[in-house]
Amino acid sequence: MNSATNVEAMLEKNAPDLQKNIAISVDNLNLYYGDKQALRDISLEIPEKQVTAFIGPSGCGKSTLLRCMNRMNDLVDGVKIEGGLNINGQNIYSATTDVTHLRRKVGMVFQKPNPFPKTIYENVAYGLRLQGIKKRRVIDDVVEWALKGAAIWDEVKDRLHDSALGLSGGQQQRIVIARAIAVQPEVLLLDEPASALDPISTLKIEELIHELKRDYTIVIVTHNMQQAARVSDNTAFLYMGDLIEVGNTNQIFTNPEKKKTEDYITGRYG
Amino acid sequence: MIKKFIQNGEHWIWLNAAAVAISLAMVLGILGLITAKGLVYFWPKDTYQLTVTSSSSAQEGQTKIQYLGEEVDSAPSRDANGVLVEEKEQHLFKIGNRESYGMDFIWIDEAFITQRILPTNAVTIERREWGNFYGFIDSVHESTQVLATASEKSLLNLLDEKLQLTLEIMDTIDELEKDDFGRINYQIEKLRLEQKRLELDKEDSPEALFKIETQRNVLNQEFTEVQQRLQKLREESEIYSLNVRLVDGKAEQIPLSQIVRWYQPNNLNTLQKSALMFSKLWEFLSDDPREANTEGGIFPAIFGTVMMVLIMAVIVSPFGVIAAVYLHEYAHQSWLTKIVRIAVHNLAGVPSIVYGVFGLGFFVYFLGGNIDELFFPESSPAPVFGTPGLLWASLTLALLTLPVVIVSAEEGLSRVPKSIREGSLALGATKAETLWKTVLPMASPSMMTGLILAIARAAGEVAPLMLVGVVKLAPTLPLDLNSPFLHLDRKFMHLGFHIYDVGFQSPNVEAARPLVYATSLLLIVVILLLNLTAIRVRNRLRERYKALEH
Repeated sequence: MNSATNVEAMLEKNAPDLQKNIAISVDNLNLYYGDKQALRDISLEIPEKQVTAFIGPSGCGKSTLLRCMNRMNDLVDGVKIEGGLNINGQNIYSATTDVTHLRRKVGMVFQKPNPFPKTIYENVAYGLRLQGIKKRRVIDDVVEWALKGAAIWDEVKDRLHDSALGLSGGQQQRIVIARAIAVQPEVLLLDEPASALDPISTLKIEELIHELKRDYTIVIVTHNMQQAARVSDNTAFLYMGDLIEVGNTNQIFTNPEKKKTEDYITGRYG
Repeated sequence: MIKKFIQNGEHWIWLNAAAVAISLAMVLGILGLITAKGLVYFWPKDTYQLTVTSSSSAQEGQTKIQYLGEEVDSAPSRDANGVLVEEKEQHLFKIGNRESYGMDFIWIDEAFITQRILPTNAVTIERREWGNFYGFIDSVHESTQVLATASEKSLLNLLDEKLQLTLEIMDTIDELEKDDFGRINYQIEKLRLEQKRLELDKEDSPEALFKIETQRNVLNQEFTEVQQRLQKLREESEIYSLNVRLVDGKAEQIPLSQIVRWYQPNNLNTLQKSALMFSKLWEFLSDDPREANTEGGIFPAIFGTVMMVLIMAVIVSPFGVIAAVYLHEYAHQSWLTKIVRIAVHNLAGVPSIVYGVFGLGFFVYFLGGNIDELFFPESSPAPVFGTPGLLWASLTLALLTLPVVIVSAEEGLSRVPKSIREGSLALGATKAETLWKTVLPMASPSMMTGLILAIARAAGEVAPLMLVGVVKLAPTLPLDLNSPFLHLDRKFMHLGFHIYDVGFQSPNVEAARPLVYATSLLLIVVILLLNLTAIRVRNRLRERYKALEH
């Protein structure tokens, strides 16, 4: 499959999205772990302030693709990346990219809630302290704002200075989201954010995603197709390192173009 | 039945339980033995008056000898041919009075003892020199005047009162000698060195020399003043004396300034004995040693041990942690890091005396010698750092315990979940920031574990210390009020070495034996306390940074 036609196809299908600005564009991205190619010639565009979901069976490369967007793959030994990935028009893989700055602009939430073993307050303030912000009042305000933004303020406002590890998994995950939005990123990458949570917590996270997309461009990797259908505006289906199909979520789930997509969605494999 | 027992695998459980039980029994046995034998040393024992004949058969005209002393030990006796006879017993008595008898311990065959009584007025006097005195009190004197005699009831109270007075004076003398003399001598020595340095640097202008000279004169004057005060105090302390009688009737005079403590053991009830024991125990913990380390306390050894371990901990923790961070976080994992890691692990197995030899050759002679040449040319030929001392001992032990700290710290680092690191990096932290703010705090309990192991090993190590800084008797503590307060170049005393010294190098074996146990007990207690402190710190850290529970 040729990437150019892929993009054209997407543009045709998602006509209303044309008005939307493109936040992230991936151009012919190839990624190798040593000799093994994990992503093959990926090209897609992610519109601003919408939720884009990556679906696909385990090992298809959806997490790897997500991790390219804030260069988390740099940490892996022997990884090699070719092609371009632009965020707001800037190629993040150019030699002049400041990776820490990039990661501040592109926040990330992981599969397992990973709050630091610090207080709730310190967890949310972590990114601010990294930026050298010391004013107590400023930090107080941002922490409150971020916790409200992550819809957890009411639950923790009386115990901001207790350890974040004392919270439930779902609360921890929302703390992590608050931590990510506290540094005011433009993009939020969510790597299966609800897969370790119970159904009620999952519901809360999904509602939160819905809220967050007003302010942030969201890319979410998920195993759960109902979840993708519920929360996302656009969906990309990856399979064995190839981008099979990308388009409006409704269309992908009701009328997929590719046989593989249909097989996956109807549960024939994966 | 047995088949079923084996089928259930119960024999394994029993085997394991037996192994644990044996280990436990051994540990408790060691502790029990050391505690019992060590504490007995402090317990005031009854004093027997013995009448001993010169032979076992009741012959006419045999001589009878009187002894007064406490029973210390007993063992099966030998007959005339030197064969051990189980039924016959002999006893070891501590009879003290070394200046009269020449020895203060004596083995006596049970068969030779014709009479054994507990005289109520027998007195045990602990003296500053010549060990214990056992005998009877005749009278208390002030100069040549008799204050009280044995027939008067007030004698003992009077003795107590005057002894208290004398002890206070002795304390003042001690203070003057140690603090004032120590300080003045130290400053005069500093002036001498400064003058020599000026001469070496060709800066010995008359003004500078004059300044030093005036300072020296001031100090010398101070010295004379202190000396005069001391002289006066000494005279005061010698006013009172005690007339005593040995069991065989020989009279002696003991100045009160020679007495540390006296008691009539046969008159004491259990409560009084316990009080006495605690007072002796406190002396043991807080006083300087006397009489070639066989009497008095071992405070300098406790102090030296703790000091050395603390300095070692201060040196080894940053080095070990930095090395571990580099090995685990920054170094590219290749065959080279593997070899380094294996080498580090193997270093932990090198016999400690080898570290001592290395410390002597490298730290003391090479490093110390060069430091002396560069920074202390004025004190040559007397070495400052070019001789064994506290710093080199601590460094040697730091080297010895470095592998333990590195291994534990690396383990701690590897136990910090990847998700936490990624979480920090994803917020825009650099690797260094992630390390400082998140990874190192989370790994700190493991680092403390390493430090605990290091402390346990270092506090018990003796062999290398004998080469790099420990001495039998250090005149001064490594920490005092003379700037720079912490004297890393000084030699120091150590509990482990003290055990060896008292047990094997002492001129008075019998007197030293209980001290070996008492000191061992103390060493165990010190190590235990150091460890407990470290464990408390670790547990607090662990509570704060407990790993994520999923």
